[in-house]
Amino acid sequence: MRGRRKLGRGVAVVGAGMSKFGMFSDKDSKYLFAEAFNEMLSTVDKGIDPKDIDALYLGNFTNDFFVHQGHWGPIISDLLGLTPKPATRTEGACASSALAFREGVFAIASGFYDVVLVGGVEDMSKRNTEEVTQGLAMAASPYEVKVGFTFPGVFGAIATAYFAKYGASREHLMNVTIKSHNNARLNPKAQFNVSIRDIMNQRIEKAKNKGEPIPAWRDEKEFLSDTRANPVVAWPMHLYDCCPISDGASCVLLVTEELARDFSDNPLYVVGIGQGSGKGLHAKEDLTYFEATRYAAQEAYELSGLKPEDVQIAEVHDCFSIAEIIHLEDLGFFKPGEGHKAVAEGLTRLDGSKPINTSGGLKCKGHPVGATGTGQLIEIWKQLRGEAGERQVPIKDLRIGAAQSLGGTGGTCTLTILERR
Amino acid sequence: MEVMPFNDISYERFLSEEKLMGSRCQKCGVFFVPPRSICIKCYGTEMEWIEMKGKGKLAAFTCIAIGPSFMTKEGYDRKHPYVSGVVELEEGVRVVARIEGVDGSKPETIKIGTPLQVQFLHRGEGSNLTTFLTFRPL
Repeated sequence: MRGRRKLGRGVAVVGAGMSKFGMFSDKDSKYLFAEAFNEMLSTVDKGIDPKDIDALYLGNFTNDFFVHQGHWGPIISDLLGLTPKPATRTEGACASSALAFREGVFAIASGFYDVVLVGGVEDMSKRNTEEVTQGLAMAASPYEVKVGFTFPGVFGAIATAYFAKYGASREHLMNVTIKSHNNARLNPKAQFNVSIRDIMNQRIEKAKNKGEPIPAWRDEKEFLSDTRANPVVAWPMHLYDCCPISDGASCVLLVTEELARDFSDNPLYVVGIGQGSGKGLHAKEDLTYFEATRYAAQEAYELSGLKPEDVQIAEVHDCFSIAEIIHLEDLGFFKPGEGHKAVAEGLTRLDGSKPINTSGGLKCKGHPVGATGTGQLIEIWKQLRGEAGERQVPIKDLRIGAAQSLGGTGGTCTLTILERR
Repeated sequence: MEVMPFNDISYERFLSEEKLMGSRCQKCGVFFVPPRSICIKCYGTEMEWIEMKGKGKLAAFTCIAIGPSFMTKEGYDRKHPYVSGVVELEEGVRVVARIEGVDGSKPETIKIGTPLQVQFLHRGEGSNLTTFLTFRPL
Protein backbone atom coordinates (compact mmCIF):
# COMPACT_ATOMS: atom_id res chain seq x y z
CA MET A 1 0.00 0.00 0.00
CA ARG A 2 2.95 2.31 0.75
CA GLY A 3 2.82 5.47 -1.32
CA ARG A 4 0.24 4.21 -3.78
CA ARG A 5 -2.79 6.14 -2.55
CA LYS A 6 -3.55 9.53 -4.03
CA LEU A 7 -6.51 11.83 -4.62
CA GLY A 8 -7.18 12.65 -8.28
CA ARG A 9 -7.61 16.30 -7.35
CA GLY A 10 -7.60 18.25 -4.10
CA VAL A 11 -10.68 18.68 -1.93
CA ALA A 12 -11.43 21.47 0.55
CA VAL A 13 -13.90 22.01 3.37
CA VAL A 14 -15.60 25.40 2.99
CA GLY A 15 -18.48 25.16 5.47
CA ALA A 16 -19.41 23.23 8.60
CA GLY A 17 -22.44 23.21 10.88
CA MET A 18 -24.12 21.15 13.55
CA SER A 19 -27.32 21.10 15.53
CA LYS A 20 -27.09 21.18 19.27
CA PHE A 21 -26.59 17.60 20.46
CA GLY A 22 -28.85 16.33 23.24
CA MET A 23 -32.06 14.49 24.01
CA PHE A 24 -34.95 16.28 22.35
CA SER A 25 -38.51 14.98 22.59
CA ASP A 26 -39.67 17.69 20.16
CA LYS A 27 -36.98 17.50 17.43
CA ASP A 28 -36.80 14.80 14.76
CA SER A 29 -34.09 13.87 12.24
CA LYS A 30 -35.29 16.35 9.61
CA TYR A 31 -35.49 19.24 12.03
CA LEU A 32 -32.04 18.48 13.42
CA PHE A 33 -30.50 18.23 9.97
CA ALA A 34 -32.09 21.52 8.95
CA GLU A 35 -30.50 23.12 12.02
CA ALA A 36 -27.08 21.78 11.03
CA PHE A 37 -27.56 22.80 7.38
CA ASN A 38 -28.53 26.38 8.27
CA GLU A 39 -25.47 26.76 10.46
CA MET A 40 -23.28 25.31 7.71
CA LEU A 41 -24.63 27.88 5.20
CA SER A 42 -23.76 30.69 7.61
CA THR A 43 -20.13 29.52 7.81
CA VAL A 44 -19.43 29.68 4.06
CA ASP A 45 -17.55 32.99 4.05
CA LYS A 46 -18.49 34.01 0.50
CA GLY A 47 -21.88 32.29 0.48
CA ILE A 48 -23.27 29.26 -1.28
CA ASP A 49 -26.42 28.80 -3.30
CA PRO A 50 -27.74 25.36 -2.18
CA LYS A 51 -28.75 24.77 -5.80
CA ASP A 52 -25.04 24.48 -6.60
CA ILE A 53 -24.70 21.33 -4.47
CA ASP A 54 -24.12 18.40 -6.82
CA ALA A 55 -24.78 15.51 -4.42
CA LEU A 56 -25.46 14.53 -0.81
CA TYR A 57 -23.79 11.75 1.17
CA LEU A 58 -25.53 11.09 4.47
CA GLY A 59 -24.36 8.93 7.37
CA ASN A 60 -26.95 7.22 9.51
CA PHE A 61 -26.73 4.05 11.55
CA THR A 62 -29.94 2.96 13.22
CA ASN A 63 -32.85 5.17 12.25
CA ASP A 64 -34.22 2.01 10.60
CA PHE A 65 -34.56 0.54 14.04
CA PHE A 66 -35.21 3.66 16.11
CA VAL A 67 -37.74 5.45 13.90
CA HIS A 68 -38.63 2.63 11.45
CA GLN A 69 -37.40 4.49 8.41
CA GLY A 70 -34.24 3.55 6.56
CA HIS A 71 -34.27 5.52 3.34
CA TRP A 72 -32.75 8.75 4.67
CA GLY A 73 -30.80 9.95 1.61
CA PRO A 74 -33.80 11.22 -0.38
CA ILE A 75 -35.68 12.36 2.74
CA ILE A 76 -32.88 14.77 3.63
CA SER A 77 -32.30 15.69 -0.04
CA ASP A 78 -35.99 16.66 -0.26
CA LEU A 79 -35.79 18.50 3.07
CA LEU A 80 -33.00 20.69 1.68
CA GLY A 81 -34.57 21.20 -1.74
CA LEU A 82 -31.80 19.24 -3.43
CA THR A 83 -33.93 16.76 -5.38
CA PRO A 84 -33.40 15.40 -8.03
CA LYS A 85 -29.68 15.53 -7.19
CA PRO A 86 -28.31 12.16 -6.01
CA ALA A 87 -28.44 11.33 -2.31
CA THR A 88 -26.61 8.33 -0.88
CA ARG A 89 -26.76 6.94 2.63
CA THR A 90 -23.61 5.50 4.18
CA GLU A 91 -23.59 3.08 7.11
CA GLY A 92 -20.53 2.32 9.23
CA ALA A 93 -22.13 2.16 12.67
CA CYS A 94 -20.74 5.00 14.81
CA ALA A 95 -18.44 6.03 11.93
CA SER A 96 -21.31 6.42 9.42
CA SER A 97 -20.80 10.10 8.61
CA ALA A 98 -17.02 9.70 8.55
CA LEU A 99 -17.74 7.34 5.65
CA ALA A 100 -20.07 9.91 4.09
CA PHE A 101 -17.21 12.42 4.26
CA ARG A 102 -14.85 9.96 2.62
CA GLU A 103 -17.29 9.17 -0.18
CA GLY A 104 -17.78 12.90 -0.74
CA VAL A 105 -14.03 13.41 -0.98
CA PHE A 106 -13.72 10.57 -3.50
CA ALA A 107 -16.62 11.93 -5.56
CA ILE A 108 -14.89 15.30 -5.92
CA ALA A 109 -11.37 13.90 -6.23
CA SER A 110 -12.51 11.72 -9.12
CA GLY A 111 -13.58 14.82 -11.01
CA PHE A 112 -17.23 13.76 -11.09
CA TYR A 113 -18.63 16.50 -8.80
CA ASP A 114 -17.43 19.95 -7.73
CA VAL A 115 -19.63 20.68 -4.69
CA VAL A 116 -20.81 17.96 -2.31
CA LEU A 117 -22.68 18.10 0.99
CA VAL A 118 -21.76 15.38 3.50
CA GLY A 119 -23.19 14.86 6.95
CA GLY A 120 -25.00 12.62 9.33
CA VAL A 121 -28.01 12.38 11.57
CA GLU A 122 -29.32 10.17 14.35
CA ASP A 123 -32.51 10.30 16.37
CA MET A 124 -32.13 7.97 19.35
CA SER A 125 -33.66 9.40 22.49
CA LYS A 126 -37.30 8.64 21.77
CA ARG A 127 -36.61 5.02 22.65
CA ASN A 128 -35.95 3.67 26.14
CA THR A 129 -32.46 2.67 27.22
CA GLU A 130 -33.13 -1.03 26.65
CA GLU A 131 -34.28 -0.42 23.08
CA VAL A 132 -31.28 1.84 22.39
CA THR A 133 -28.94 -0.82 23.78
CA GLN A 134 -30.63 -3.40 21.56
CA GLY A 135 -30.38 -1.10 18.53
CA LEU A 136 -26.71 -0.32 19.06
CA ALA A 137 -25.96 -4.00 19.62
CA MET A 138 -26.75 -4.45 15.92
CA ALA A 139 -23.20 -3.17 15.35
CA ALA A 140 -21.51 -5.70 17.66
CA SER A 141 -20.32 -9.16 16.66
CA PRO A 142 -23.14 -11.73 16.99
CA TYR A 143 -20.90 -13.91 19.19
CA GLU A 144 -20.49 -11.04 21.66
CA VAL A 145 -24.21 -10.30 21.79
CA LYS A 146 -25.03 -13.97 22.41
CA VAL A 147 -22.90 -14.23 25.56
CA GLY A 148 -24.33 -11.02 27.03
CA PHE A 149 -21.79 -8.41 25.93
CA THR A 150 -23.16 -4.88 25.62
CA PHE A 151 -21.20 -2.02 24.06
CA PRO A 152 -19.98 -0.77 27.45
CA GLY A 153 -19.23 -4.43 28.21
CA VAL A 154 -16.96 -4.87 25.20
CA PHE A 155 -15.00 -1.74 26.13
CA GLY A 156 -15.01 -2.82 29.78
CA ALA A 157 -13.34 -6.10 28.79
CA ILE A 158 -10.85 -4.22 26.59
CA ALA A 159 -10.06 -2.02 29.62
CA THR A 160 -9.29 -5.05 31.83
CA ALA A 161 -6.89 -6.35 29.17
CA TYR A 162 -5.25 -2.90 28.92
CA PHE A 163 -4.98 -2.61 32.70
CA ALA A 164 -3.40 -6.06 32.95
CA LYS A 165 -0.91 -5.41 30.15
CA TYR A 166 0.18 -1.88 31.05
CA GLY A 167 -0.54 -1.54 34.78
CA ALA A 168 -3.13 1.20 34.28
CA SER A 169 -6.17 1.59 36.54
CA ARG A 170 -9.58 3.22 36.76
CA GLU A 171 -7.90 6.39 37.96
CA HIS A 172 -6.38 6.78 34.50
CA LEU A 173 -9.83 6.56 32.95
CA MET A 174 -11.04 9.28 35.31
CA ASN A 175 -8.42 11.66 33.93
CA VAL A 176 -10.06 11.32 30.51
CA THR A 177 -13.53 12.02 31.89
CA ILE A 178 -12.44 15.05 33.92
CA LYS A 179 -10.66 16.55 30.92
CA SER A 180 -13.61 15.97 28.58
CA HIS A 181 -15.98 17.70 30.98
CA ASN A 182 -13.61 20.64 31.46
CA ASN A 183 -13.53 21.14 27.69
CA ALA A 184 -17.28 20.66 27.21
CA ARG A 185 -17.92 23.34 29.81
CA LEU A 186 -16.64 25.76 27.18
CA ASN A 187 -18.75 24.30 24.35
CA PRO A 188 -22.31 25.67 24.19
CA LYS A 189 -23.27 22.93 21.68
CA ALA A 190 -22.32 20.14 24.09
CA GLN A 191 -24.95 17.90 25.64
CA PHE A 192 -23.21 18.17 29.02
CA ASN A 193 -21.47 21.55 29.06
CA VAL A 194 -20.53 21.29 32.71
CA SER A 195 -17.33 20.25 34.49
CA ILE A 196 -17.29 17.38 36.98
CA ARG A 197 -16.68 20.04 39.63
CA ASP A 198 -19.90 21.82 38.52
CA ILE A 199 -21.82 18.54 38.81
CA MET A 200 -20.39 17.95 42.30
CA ASN A 201 -21.40 21.45 43.38
CA GLN A 202 -24.90 20.93 41.98
CA ARG A 203 -25.24 17.67 43.93
CA ILE A 204 -23.98 19.29 47.13
CA GLU A 205 -26.39 22.21 46.68
CA LYS A 206 -29.27 19.79 46.07
CA ALA A 207 -28.40 17.78 49.20
CA LYS A 208 -28.29 21.00 51.26
CA ASN A 209 -31.68 22.14 49.96
CA LYS A 210 -33.26 18.78 50.71
CA GLY A 211 -31.66 18.59 54.15
CA GLU A 212 -29.85 15.38 53.15
CA PRO A 213 -26.31 14.43 54.27
CA ILE A 214 -23.82 16.53 52.32
CA PRO A 215 -21.43 14.43 50.22
CA ALA A 216 -17.83 14.82 51.36
CA TRP A 217 -15.99 14.38 48.05
CA ARG A 218 -12.60 16.05 48.29
CA ASP A 219 -11.97 16.12 44.57
CA GLU A 220 -13.30 14.93 41.21
CA LYS A 221 -11.74 11.49 41.59
CA GLU A 222 -13.49 10.90 44.91
CA PHE A 223 -16.75 11.83 43.22
CA LEU A 224 -16.04 9.44 40.34
CA SER A 225 -15.08 6.69 42.83
CA ASP A 226 -18.41 7.05 44.64
CA THR A 227 -20.68 4.40 43.11
CA ARG A 228 -23.78 6.28 44.26
CA ALA A 229 -22.72 9.20 42.07
CA ASN A 230 -21.05 7.10 39.38
CA PRO A 231 -22.61 3.62 39.24
CA VAL A 232 -21.21 0.64 37.37
CA VAL A 233 -22.54 0.11 33.86
CA ALA A 234 -20.18 -2.68 32.80
CA TRP A 235 -17.22 -2.79 35.14
CA PRO A 236 -14.74 -1.14 34.89
CA MET A 237 -16.95 1.16 32.76
CA HIS A 238 -19.00 3.38 35.05
CA LEU A 239 -21.63 5.92 34.06
CA TYR A 240 -19.05 8.70 33.59
CA ASP A 241 -16.91 6.50 31.35
CA CYS A 242 -19.73 6.23 28.81
CA CYS A 243 -21.03 8.58 26.13
CA PRO A 244 -24.73 9.44 26.41
CA ILE A 245 -27.72 8.69 24.18
CA SER A 246 -28.09 11.69 21.87
CA ASP A 247 -30.04 13.19 19.00
CA GLY A 248 -28.27 15.44 16.55
CA ALA A 249 -27.08 16.24 13.06
CA SER A 250 -23.97 17.71 11.47
CA CYS A 251 -22.77 18.48 7.97
CA VAL A 252 -19.84 19.94 6.06
CA LEU A 253 -19.56 21.33 2.57
CA LEU A 254 -16.82 19.96 0.31
CA VAL A 255 -15.61 21.56 -2.91
CA THR A 256 -12.83 20.93 -5.36
CA GLU A 257 -9.60 22.64 -4.35
CA GLU A 258 -9.61 25.09 -7.29
CA LEU A 259 -13.01 26.42 -6.20
CA ALA A 260 -12.13 26.66 -2.48
CA ARG A 261 -11.32 30.38 -2.47
CA ASP A 262 -14.52 31.15 -4.40
CA PHE A 263 -16.44 29.99 -1.35
CA SER A 264 -14.17 30.57 1.62
CA ASP A 265 -11.60 33.06 2.91
CA ASN A 266 -10.10 30.34 5.04
CA PRO A 267 -10.76 26.89 3.59
CA LEU A 268 -9.38 23.70 5.09
CA TYR A 269 -7.79 21.16 2.79
CA VAL A 270 -8.31 17.41 3.05
CA VAL A 271 -4.72 16.17 3.18
CA GLY A 272 -5.17 12.75 4.77
CA ILE A 273 -7.96 10.24 4.67
CA GLY A 274 -7.92 6.62 5.79
CA GLN A 275 -10.25 3.79 6.64
CA GLY A 276 -9.82 0.27 8.01
CA SER A 277 -11.89 -2.71 9.09
CA GLY A 278 -11.45 -4.93 12.14
CA LYS A 279 -12.40 -8.29 13.63
CA GLY A 280 -14.60 -9.21 16.58
CA LEU A 281 -13.25 -9.37 20.12
CA HIS A 282 -12.43 -13.11 20.04
CA ALA A 283 -10.44 -12.87 16.82
CA LYS A 284 -8.35 -9.78 17.64
CA GLU A 285 -4.61 -10.50 17.79
CA ASP A 286 -4.40 -8.24 20.86
CA LEU A 287 -7.24 -6.71 22.86
CA THR A 288 -5.35 -3.49 23.61
CA TYR A 289 -5.40 -1.89 20.16
CA PHE A 290 -7.67 -1.52 17.13
CA GLU A 291 -6.16 -2.84 13.92
CA ALA A 292 -8.68 -0.82 11.89
CA THR A 293 -7.53 2.47 13.44
CA ARG A 294 -3.88 1.63 12.88
CA TYR A 295 -4.59 0.83 9.23
CA ALA A 296 -6.69 3.98 8.73
CA ALA A 297 -3.96 6.08 10.35
CA GLN A 298 -1.24 4.59 8.17
CA GLU A 299 -3.30 5.28 5.06
CA ALA A 300 -4.02 8.88 6.09
CA TYR A 301 -0.43 9.63 7.14
CA GLU A 302 0.96 8.22 3.91
CA LEU A 303 -1.46 10.17 1.76
CA SER A 304 -0.63 13.39 3.60
CA GLY A 305 3.10 12.82 4.03
CA LEU A 306 2.57 13.81 7.66
CA LYS A 307 3.67 12.06 10.83
CA PRO A 308 1.67 11.69 14.05
CA GLU A 309 3.73 14.46 15.65
CA ASP A 310 2.66 16.87 12.88
CA VAL A 311 -0.99 16.59 13.97
CA GLN A 312 -1.47 19.48 16.38
CA ILE A 313 -4.98 18.72 17.65
CA ALA A 314 -7.35 15.79 17.27
CA GLU A 315 -10.87 14.67 17.98
CA VAL A 316 -10.89 10.94 18.75
CA HIS A 317 -13.80 8.55 19.19
CA ASP A 318 -14.17 8.40 22.98
CA CYS A 319 -17.40 6.39 23.06
CA PHE A 320 -15.88 5.04 26.29
CA SER A 321 -13.00 6.52 28.28
CA ILE A 322 -10.68 3.57 27.60
CA ALA A 323 -11.20 4.03 23.87
CA GLU A 324 -9.69 7.54 23.97
CA ILE A 325 -6.52 6.19 25.60
CA ILE A 326 -6.18 3.41 23.02
CA HIS A 327 -6.81 5.76 20.07
CA LEU A 328 -3.99 8.05 21.27
CA GLU A 329 -1.68 5.07 20.91
CA ASP A 330 -3.12 3.68 17.66
CA LEU A 331 -2.80 7.08 15.98
CA GLY A 332 0.87 7.16 16.98
CA PHE A 333 0.54 10.21 19.26
CA PHE A 334 1.98 8.14 22.10
CA LYS A 335 3.62 4.72 22.22
CA PRO A 336 1.53 1.62 23.05
CA GLY A 337 1.01 1.57 26.81
CA GLU A 338 1.89 5.27 27.18
CA GLY A 339 -1.51 6.82 26.37
CA HIS A 340 -2.82 6.66 29.92
CA LYS A 341 0.35 8.30 31.22
CA ALA A 342 0.12 11.13 28.68
CA VAL A 343 -3.43 11.88 29.79
CA ALA A 344 -2.37 11.78 33.46
CA GLU A 345 0.43 14.26 32.71
CA GLY A 346 -2.08 16.66 31.17
CA LEU A 347 -0.56 16.50 27.68
CA THR A 348 -4.01 16.09 26.10
CA ARG A 349 -5.65 18.99 27.92
CA LEU A 350 -6.73 22.17 26.13
CA ASP A 351 -3.43 23.78 27.16
CA GLY A 352 -1.35 20.61 26.66
CA SER A 353 1.09 19.82 23.88
CA LYS A 354 -1.48 17.61 22.08
CA PRO A 355 -5.01 18.80 22.85
CA ILE A 356 -7.52 15.97 22.38
CA ASN A 357 -11.30 16.28 22.16
CA THR A 358 -11.41 20.00 22.77
CA SER A 359 -15.15 19.80 22.00
CA GLY A 360 -15.69 17.62 25.07
CA GLY A 361 -15.64 14.50 22.91
CA LEU A 362 -18.46 12.04 22.48
CA LYS A 363 -18.64 11.74 26.26
CA CYS A 364 -19.79 15.32 26.78
CA LYS A 365 -20.58 16.82 23.39
CA GLY A 366 -22.93 13.86 22.82
CA HIS A 367 -22.93 10.93 20.40
CA PRO A 368 -25.81 10.96 17.92
CA VAL A 369 -24.16 8.01 16.23
CA GLY A 370 -24.59 8.89 12.55
CA ALA A 371 -23.78 12.58 13.14
CA THR A 372 -20.57 12.02 15.07
CA GLY A 373 -18.01 11.65 12.27
CA THR A 374 -18.72 14.99 10.62
CA GLY A 375 -19.47 16.43 14.08
CA GLN A 376 -15.84 15.80 15.06
CA LEU A 377 -14.63 17.56 11.91
CA ILE A 378 -16.66 20.64 12.84
CA GLU A 379 -14.54 21.03 15.98
CA ILE A 380 -11.38 20.77 13.87
CA TRP A 381 -12.87 23.36 11.47
CA LYS A 382 -13.52 25.77 14.34
CA GLN A 383 -10.11 25.27 15.97
CA LEU A 384 -8.07 25.56 12.77
CA ARG A 385 -9.95 28.72 11.76
CA GLY A 386 -9.50 30.21 15.22
CA GLU A 387 -13.25 30.24 15.84
CA ALA A 388 -13.45 27.97 18.89
CA GLY A 389 -14.05 30.86 21.30
CA GLU A 390 -13.27 30.14 24.93
CA ARG A 391 -11.93 26.69 24.12
CA GLN A 392 -9.56 27.86 21.35
CA VAL A 393 -6.28 26.02 21.91
CA PRO A 394 -3.31 28.30 22.61
CA ILE A 395 -1.10 26.77 19.89
CA LYS A 396 0.73 29.23 17.66
CA ASP A 397 0.45 28.62 13.93
CA LEU A 398 -2.27 25.99 14.31
CA ARG A 399 -2.57 24.37 10.90
CA ILE A 400 -3.08 20.61 11.17
CA GLY A 401 -5.97 18.84 12.87
CA ALA A 402 -7.36 15.32 12.65
CA ALA A 403 -10.50 13.39 13.51
CA GLN A 404 -10.69 9.66 14.15
CA SER A 405 -13.93 7.66 14.16
CA LEU A 406 -14.63 4.14 15.32
CA GLY A 407 -17.70 2.15 14.32
CA GLY A 408 -19.05 -0.79 16.27
CA THR A 409 -16.45 -2.43 18.46
CA GLY A 410 -13.65 -1.45 16.09
CA GLY A 411 -15.16 -2.89 12.90
CA THR A 412 -14.91 0.38 10.97
CA CYS A 413 -12.32 3.05 11.79
CA THR A 414 -11.33 6.21 9.94
CA LEU A 415 -8.84 9.04 10.22
CA THR A 416 -9.23 12.37 8.44
CA ILE A 417 -6.52 15.05 8.47
CA LEU A 418 -7.33 18.66 7.59
CA GLU A 419 -4.86 21.47 6.90
CA ARG A 420 -5.23 25.25 6.93
CA ARG A 421 -2.88 26.86 4.41
CA MET B 1 -22.12 -39.06 6.58
CA GLU B 2 -22.46 -35.55 5.25
CA VAL B 3 -20.17 -33.02 6.92
CA MET B 4 -22.03 -30.21 8.68
CA PRO B 5 -21.46 -26.84 7.01
CA PHE B 6 -18.71 -24.76 8.63
CA ASN B 7 -20.93 -21.97 9.89
CA ASP B 8 -22.57 -20.50 12.99
CA ILE B 9 -25.66 -22.72 12.70
CA SER B 10 -23.49 -25.82 13.04
CA TYR B 11 -21.43 -24.16 15.79
CA GLU B 12 -24.59 -23.52 17.80
CA ARG B 13 -25.84 -27.07 17.18
CA PHE B 14 -22.56 -28.48 18.51
CA LEU B 15 -22.83 -26.24 21.58
CA SER B 16 -26.26 -27.72 22.31
CA GLU B 17 -24.55 -31.15 22.17
CA GLU B 18 -21.96 -29.82 24.67
CA LYS B 19 -19.16 -29.67 22.14
CA LEU B 20 -16.99 -26.60 21.50
CA MET B 21 -16.05 -27.02 17.85
CA GLY B 22 -13.95 -25.14 15.34
CA SER B 23 -12.82 -25.64 11.77
CA ARG B 24 -9.32 -26.64 10.68
CA CYS B 25 -7.89 -25.96 7.25
CA GLN B 26 -6.84 -29.29 5.72
CA LYS B 27 -4.25 -27.51 3.58
CA CYS B 28 -2.34 -25.41 6.13
CA GLY B 29 -3.64 -26.73 9.46
CA VAL B 30 -4.65 -23.40 10.98
CA PHE B 31 -7.92 -23.56 12.91
CA PHE B 32 -10.72 -21.19 13.83
CA VAL B 33 -13.26 -21.05 16.67
CA PRO B 34 -16.06 -20.25 15.86
CA PRO B 35 -15.60 -22.00 12.50
CA ARG B 36 -14.79 -20.25 9.25
CA SER B 37 -15.56 -21.83 5.88
CA ILE B 38 -12.66 -19.99 4.22
CA CYS B 39 -9.14 -20.24 5.60
CA ILE B 40 -8.02 -16.62 5.92
CA LYS B 41 -4.38 -17.71 6.08
CA CYS B 42 -3.99 -19.78 2.89
CA TYR B 43 -7.48 -19.41 1.37
CA GLY B 44 -7.96 -23.16 1.40
CA THR B 45 -11.60 -24.19 1.32
CA GLU B 46 -11.30 -27.79 2.53
CA MET B 47 -12.10 -27.68 6.22
CA GLU B 48 -12.57 -30.31 8.90
CA TRP B 49 -14.21 -30.10 12.30
CA ILE B 50 -11.98 -30.04 15.35
CA GLU B 51 -13.12 -30.23 18.98
CA MET B 52 -11.57 -27.99 21.64
CA LYS B 53 -10.68 -29.50 25.01
CA GLY B 54 -12.58 -26.74 26.79
CA LYS B 55 -9.76 -25.56 29.01
CA GLY B 56 -8.36 -22.05 29.01
CA LYS B 57 -7.67 -18.93 30.98
CA LEU B 58 -9.39 -15.59 31.40
CA ALA B 59 -7.97 -12.96 29.01
CA ALA B 60 -10.44 -10.10 29.65
CA PHE B 61 -13.79 -9.64 31.38
CA THR B 62 -16.52 -7.22 32.32
CA CYS B 63 -19.21 -7.26 35.03
CA ILE B 64 -22.37 -6.05 33.36
CA ALA B 65 -24.91 -4.22 35.52
CA ILE B 66 -27.19 -3.10 32.69
CA GLY B 67 -27.77 -5.99 30.32
CA PRO B 68 -30.13 -7.04 27.55
CA SER B 69 -33.57 -8.46 28.40
CA PHE B 70 -32.52 -12.10 27.95
CA MET B 71 -30.03 -11.61 30.78
CA THR B 72 -32.27 -9.56 33.07
CA LYS B 73 -34.88 -12.33 32.69
CA GLU B 74 -32.34 -14.64 34.33
CA GLY B 75 -32.36 -12.33 37.36
CA TYR B 76 -29.29 -10.24 36.60
CA ASP B 77 -29.50 -6.52 37.40
CA ARG B 78 -27.55 -3.62 38.89
CA LYS B 79 -27.25 -5.43 42.21
CA HIS B 80 -26.45 -8.76 40.55
CA PRO B 81 -24.16 -8.11 37.59
CA TYR B 82 -23.23 -11.00 35.33
CA VAL B 83 -19.79 -11.56 33.86
CA SER B 84 -18.89 -11.86 30.19
CA GLY B 85 -15.33 -12.44 29.10
CA VAL B 86 -12.72 -13.40 26.56
CA VAL B 87 -11.19 -16.82 27.17
CA GLU B 88 -7.87 -17.93 25.73
CA LEU B 89 -8.14 -21.66 25.05
CA GLU B 90 -5.26 -24.07 25.60
CA GLU B 91 -5.24 -24.61 21.86
CA GLY B 92 -4.23 -20.95 21.43
CA VAL B 93 -7.41 -19.37 20.07
CA ARG B 94 -9.83 -17.10 21.94
CA VAL B 95 -13.59 -17.24 22.37
CA VAL B 96 -16.10 -14.90 23.99
CA ALA B 97 -18.18 -16.55 26.70
CA ARG B 98 -20.23 -16.08 29.81
CA ILE B 99 -18.18 -16.51 32.96
CA GLU B 100 -19.90 -18.30 35.86
CA GLY B 101 -18.67 -19.16 39.34
CA VAL B 102 -17.26 -15.67 39.96
CA ASP B 103 -18.89 -12.76 41.80
CA GLY B 104 -19.81 -10.00 39.34
CA SER B 105 -20.50 -7.62 42.21
CA LYS B 106 -16.87 -7.98 43.36
CA PRO B 107 -14.86 -7.37 40.18
CA GLU B 108 -11.64 -6.86 42.13
CA THR B 109 -11.79 -10.57 43.09
CA ILE B 110 -11.79 -11.66 39.43
CA LYS B 111 -8.28 -12.10 38.02
CA ILE B 112 -7.07 -12.17 34.46
CA GLY B 113 -5.16 -15.40 33.87
CA THR B 114 -7.53 -17.48 36.05
CA PRO B 115 -7.66 -21.09 34.72
CA LEU B 116 -11.13 -21.92 33.41
CA GLN B 117 -13.13 -24.97 32.34
CA VAL B 118 -15.94 -24.96 29.79
CA GLN B 119 -19.54 -25.44 30.85
CA PHE B 120 -22.55 -25.55 28.55
CA LEU B 121 -25.46 -23.63 29.93
CA HIS B 122 -28.80 -24.71 28.46
CA ARG B 123 -31.74 -22.31 28.64
CA GLY B 124 -35.30 -22.81 27.33
CA GLU B 125 -36.82 -25.93 25.82
CA GLY B 126 -37.60 -27.49 22.43
CA SER B 127 -37.20 -25.04 19.56
CA ASN B 128 -36.44 -22.28 22.11
CA LEU B 129 -33.47 -24.16 23.53
CA THR B 130 -30.35 -22.00 23.54
CA THR B 131 -26.97 -23.13 24.77
CA PHE B 132 -24.61 -20.48 26.09
CA LEU B 133 -20.88 -21.05 25.91
CA THR B 134 -19.80 -20.59 29.51
CA PHE B 135 -16.59 -20.99 31.44
CA ARG B 136 -16.01 -21.28 35.18
CA PRO B 137 -12.89 -21.40 37.34
CA LEU B 138 -11.33 -24.87 37.62
